[in-house]
Amino acid sequence: MAATNLEVWQKGLVVKIDSAAPTIRKITLRQSMPVKAEPGSHIDLILKSGKQQLRRSYSVVSQSPDFVEITIGVLKTRNSRGGSIAMHELKVGDVLDITQPIQNFPLRYSAENYILLAGGIGITALVEMGEALKRARANYRFVYVVKSRNLAIFANDLATTHGDNFQLFVDDEANELSVEHLVSSAGQGTELYMCGPIRLMDDVRREWKKHDLDITNLRYETFGAGGWFEPEPFKVHIVDRGLEVIVGENESMLDALESAGLEVMADCRKGECGLCELRVVNSKGKIEHRDVFYSEEQKHEGRKIACCVSRMVSSDDSPEISVIFG
Amino acid sequence: MAATNLGSTTTTKITNFPLNAWYVAAWDYELTRNPIARTICEKPLALYRTESGKPVALADACWHRLAPLSMGKTIGADGIQCPYHGIVYNSAGRCVSMPAQETLNPSATVPSFPAVQRYRYIWVWLGDPALADPDLIPNMSQMDDPNWTGDGKTIHADCNYQLIVDNLMDLTHEEFVHGSSIGQAELSEAEFVTTHTENSVTVTRWMKNINPPPFWKKNLRDVYPDYEGKVDRWQIIHFYAPSTICIDVGVAKAGTGAPDGDRSQGVNGYVMNTITPESERTSHYFWSFQRNYRLESQAITTQLREGVTRVFGEDEVMLRAQQEAIDANPNYEFYNLNIDAGGMWVRRILEKALKAEGRSTATFSTPGNK
Repeated sequence: MAATNLEVWQKGLVVKIDSAAPTIRKITLRQSMPVKAEPGSHIDLILKSGKQQLRRSYSVVSQSPDFVEITIGVLKTRNSRGGSIAMHELKVGDVLDITQPIQNFPLRYSAENYILLAGGIGITALVEMGEALKRARANYRFVYVVKSRNLAIFANDLATTHGDNFQLFVDDEANELSVEHLVSSAGQGTELYMCGPIRLMDDVRREWKKHDLDITNLRYETFGAGGWFEPEPFKVHIVDRGLEVIVGENESMLDALESAGLEVMADCRKGECGLCELRVVNSKGKIEHRDVFYSEEQKHEGRKIACCVSRMVSSDDSPEISVIFG
Repeated sequence: MAATNLGSTTTTKITNFPLNAWYVAAWDYELTRNPIARTICEKPLALYRTESGKPVALADACWHRLAPLSMGKTIGADGIQCPYHGIVYNSAGRCVSMPAQETLNPSATVPSFPAVQRYRYIWVWLGDPALADPDLIPNMSQMDDPNWTGDGKTIHADCNYQLIVDNLMDLTHEEFVHGSSIGQAELSEAEFVTTHTENSVTVTRWMKNINPPPFWKKNLRDVYPDYEGKVDRWQIIHFYAPSTICIDVGVAKAGTGAPDGDRSQGVNGYVMNTITPESERTSHYFWSFQRNYRLESQAITTQLREGVTRVFGEDEVMLRAQQEAIDANPNYEFYNLNIDAGGMWVRRILEKALKAEGRSTATFSTPGNK
C-alpha cells in the first residue's frame, strides 16, 4: 500500500474522447511526465470555467502499458460543482495542467476477501482495483449499481473480465441493490472499497456500523461530489460580517463565500478535513450534509456545516442559512 | 574498423536498486513491541511487531504532520500511536483514532509494506505490493536449519550496495585484503567456473592440495585436532537477485574426494550475506557465518563470528575508500577483468530487473556516471 500522494504537476494532452453514453465521456490524456497509476489513484486537474479556475479530481480508469496515457471518466451532471460541464467541452489537442497520479485510496492485498462497490460514475475509481484483485487471484465480488442501463458504460467489459464475481444492479429495472443484504454477506475479514453517490455510501456506512464490522475495513473515496438532492440556490447570512451571499446551484457555498471576497480557511474541498467548518445560528430549510467529517449525531444536531460540500435544501421555500464566520 | 559500442551499462559505478524485491530490513531479534526506525531503499520505515508477533513495516511519517511513528509506541493488538498528536494507525497503516473529532478522515493512511519473517531476518517489499510473493525470498535455509548453526552481525557500509556484491562475487581480493586470515596466492591461480540463470549466478572455485590459510587451519582442527596436512579448499558463490550471496566454503583433507562430493573429511561453512540498499551510497550489510559441524560449541560460534567480523572490517575499509575514490574521480570509468565474470552477470540481472520496473540502471545524480 505504497501511497504516492505527492502533488507533481505536469501537462496532459487530450488525445482521445469517447462518448460512452450521452452524459459520460472517457477522456484519454497523454502525460508529459508519465508515471504509473496504482489502482485507486486519481489525478487533479485545473479547468477554466469563464474567469474561474476550477480544480477537480478524477480517478484513473485505465492506463496504457507504457504508463504514458491515462483514461478518466467524466459524468456531466447538474448536480456537481461545475467541473463536469467544462470537462465535456474539452477537445482533442487541448492541453491541461494535471497532476501525476495521486494515491489516496490504496488497495491492500492481504485481506481474506473483498467487495468492490461502485455507484454510477464512481465505477471509475474501482475498475483498476478489480483488475488488480483478479491478477492477485483474490477472493472478491464486484458490485456495480447504476440508475439505468444506458449509464452502465463499463458493465460489458466488467462482466467479461470478472465473470461470476461481477454483479450489475439497475435501479429503473426493478433490480435494486439491497445494501443490507450486501453488508450482511461481509465478515470481519472483508474489506469493502466503495465509490459512488453519498446516499449509497451513507447506507453502507450505517449497515457496516450496525453489523459491528471493523470500520477501518470500509474504504471509500468521495471527491465531495453528488448529494441526495438536486442542488438549488440558497442564501447565506454571515451574521458577524453583516453580509448576505447567494450560493448558485452550480457552485459550492465555499466558492460563493470566496467570490464574495471572504477569505475562508479550507483545505481538502471534499468534505473530509473539517477545516472549512462554519457555526450555524439558524436556518430555513434543511442542511444537506455532504461531508464525511461530522458524525451522524453531529449532522443531526446541525450546529456546524462543512461549507466546501454541504448545502441547504428545501422542498417549497427558498432556503437560507445564518452562520458565524468567526 | 571501430567496434560497435552497444551502450552496455553493466559498468555503472553506482547502481540503482530494484524495488520489486524482498530486502532484509532487520534481524528477527531486533523487532519487538518497541518500534525502531530504519531506512530501506531510501524509504524511512517504522518497524515493530504486533501483539501476536507479526512483523509490521510502516512508512515512518505520520499522515498528519509527518512526525516519525518510530518515536511513538505500539498500542492495542497491532497499532502504533504517533508521538506528536496521538493519531493511531493499525498494522495496515489505516488510521483508527484521530484526536478531537468523531469521525476518521478516509484518506488518513500511512503506507504499509509487506513484511515477512524468514531465515532469522525480517524481509520487506517496497515495490508493487501485488507482486510481493514470499516464495521469491532467496533460499537462506542454512540460517535456521537445525543441522547448521552460527551467528553474524550487521555492517553499516558507506558504499553503494553493488560494490559489496562485486566484492563477494570475486574472492581473489582475499589474497590482498585478508592476507592474515583467509587470503592466499592460490585464489588467483585456481581456475573458476561461472554459471547463471535468469535470477542467479554461481561462481565455483576449487583449490586442490594447498596449505590451508590460518582461518581454515583452525576450523579444520576444531574437528580434526591432529591433522597437519594439505587440504582441498572450495568457494562456491551463490548469488540470488537482487543482492543475496550465500557462499559455500570449506576445506577437506587433500585427496579425500571433496571435489567429487564427499566432504566427510572436511569442515563446511556457509557465509550468508544479504545486502540492503539504504541510500545510493550506504548499505545495510547483514551477514552470518553458518557451519554444519561442532553444533554444540558456542565457543566456536563466537570465535567464527568475531573472526569474520575482523575479516569483514577489512572489506568495510576498502569499500568506503573505493566509494570515496569513485566520487572523487567522476570522469573515470570502470574497466573489467576476466575475474569479474560473476559480478558482471549480476549486473546484467539487475539491469533487466530495473528495466522491467521502468527504471534505469543509474538514475542517481552521480557526476560522470553512465
